[in-house]
Amino acid sequence: MAAKTLTIDGKPITAEEGATVLQAADEAGIKIPTLCHLDGVYDVGACRLCLVEVTGVAKLLPACTTRVAEGMEVKTDSERLRKYRRITLELLFAERNHVCAVCVANGHCELQTLAYSQGMDHVRYEYLFPKWGVDTTHRLFGMDHNRCVLCTRCVRVCWHVEGAGTKNVAGRGTRSHIITDLAMPWGESDSCTQCGKCVQACPTGALFHKGSTTGEMERDRGKLEFIVTAREKKQWVTAD
Amino acid sequence: MKVRLATVWLGGCSGCHMSFLDLDEFLIDLVDAVEIVYSPVVDVKEYPENVDVCLIEGAVCNEDNLELLHKIRQRTKVIVSFGDCAVTANVPAIRNQLGLGNRESVLQHAYITNAQDNPSVPKADGIVPQLLERVMPVHEAVHVEYFLPGCPPPAARIKALVGQMLSGVEPKLEGTQLKFG
Ligand code: SF4
Ligand code: SF4
Ligand code: SF4
Ligand code: FES
Repeated sequence: MAAKTLTIDGKPITAEEGATVLQAADEAGIKIPTLCHLDGVYDVGACRLCLVEVTGVAKLLPACTTRVAEGMEVKTDSERLRKYRRITLELLFAERNHVCAVCVANGHCELQTLAYSQGMDHVRYEYLFPKWGVDTTHRLFGMDHNRCVLCTRCVRVCWHVEGAGTKNVAGRGTRSHIITDLAMPWGESDSCTQCGKCVQACPTGALFHKGSTTGEMERDRGKLEFIVTAREKKQWVTAD
Repeated sequence: MKVRLATVWLGGCSGCHMSFLDLDEFLIDLVDAVEIVYSPVVDVKEYPENVDVCLIEGAVCNEDNLELLHKIRQRTKVIVSFGDCAVTANVPAIRNQLGLGNRESVLQHAYITNAQDNPSVPKADGIVPQLLERVMPVHEAVHVEYFLPGCPPPAARIKALVGQMLSGVEPKLEGTQLKFG
């Protein structure tokens, strides 16, 4: 495969053709904030937190779905990018009901971590306080729609790692939400294999092991990566 | 001149004030630098004029909260939203999910449905304040200068922000010091 040369934050970089800007940055040790990206599954560009500036392109581009190109000049940090990341995060918080103090993921949540690492000290938008429920019909797992950021990580692992196709997205706009099978209670789903990959994939407190209380929902992302590596490379290795 | 400091408790659990008391020996340094002119821990009935800094705990839940808040804004140079209830409306705002018009249903639930003895909604005009339709974070009602998140903010975080203010630098919390929850 042909190699492409580009610069990220002024640093000259060589990346394989077809690689994303996010992969190229990662290999060069440059950290770009992400939320919907999950190692091991394909990217969809849903959250817009990984936006970067590319010289010659007026709009901001998501690093996770933009392919590297010869001579590309990428900027991952600027006043403008920080401004948009703040806006994106604040809108995510305003859209659902995030009450960190009583959330299963408190202290282990990617949204919460992003918020403080991007300097979000308050939300400037009016909170919507929508009415969403919690589905606890499954024997092992629960889904709290109040905490969902619609990253679709659960949908992607369910379809493309587990191959069950239980999880899906229904509705439009602020009424978009995650469903199981034909929008039935999770516990009544025939297709769910109860593998728990969606729970491992979820960045927030939206999917949890039943019985976890405030701050108890920790995940082991390594498990998903292990399965994907084993399948694709026939290597049964863990990251550490 | 000592800094005229107020601390106020709106719709919150008093946990943020407990965390303030957790400042331990820093409280002794504080006494040299500030005069506490109004607070749940001092016995002053009326919010005074010319307050330099006011730490506000709690969300804006009822008419009294709102009235006091407007008074505070008029009489205070710097307002700090103190803790998650003030910053995000947090737990008190969970009732907002029930939609506007939840005032009656939450009172019904708390004082009638789940009451063991004497089920009745407390009602005394001029004494028991009316709930607002919608619980708000402080900055939705008045302008706020600084934010101190946390449920409650750990004492070290309070110390960091208050310390910065007293030493005359622009207060700025970063990284995990901004963690909610
Ligand atoms: S999902 Fe994350 S950001 Fe949302 S309430 Fe839970 S800990 Fe907070
Ligand atoms: S447990 Fe497995 S099969 Fe069931 S919804 Fe989650 S990922 Fe899909
Ligand atoms: S349930 Fe979790 S993984 Fe699924 S879309 Fe919502 S936040 Fe993302
Ligand atoms: S990580 Fe790229 S859009 Fe979400």
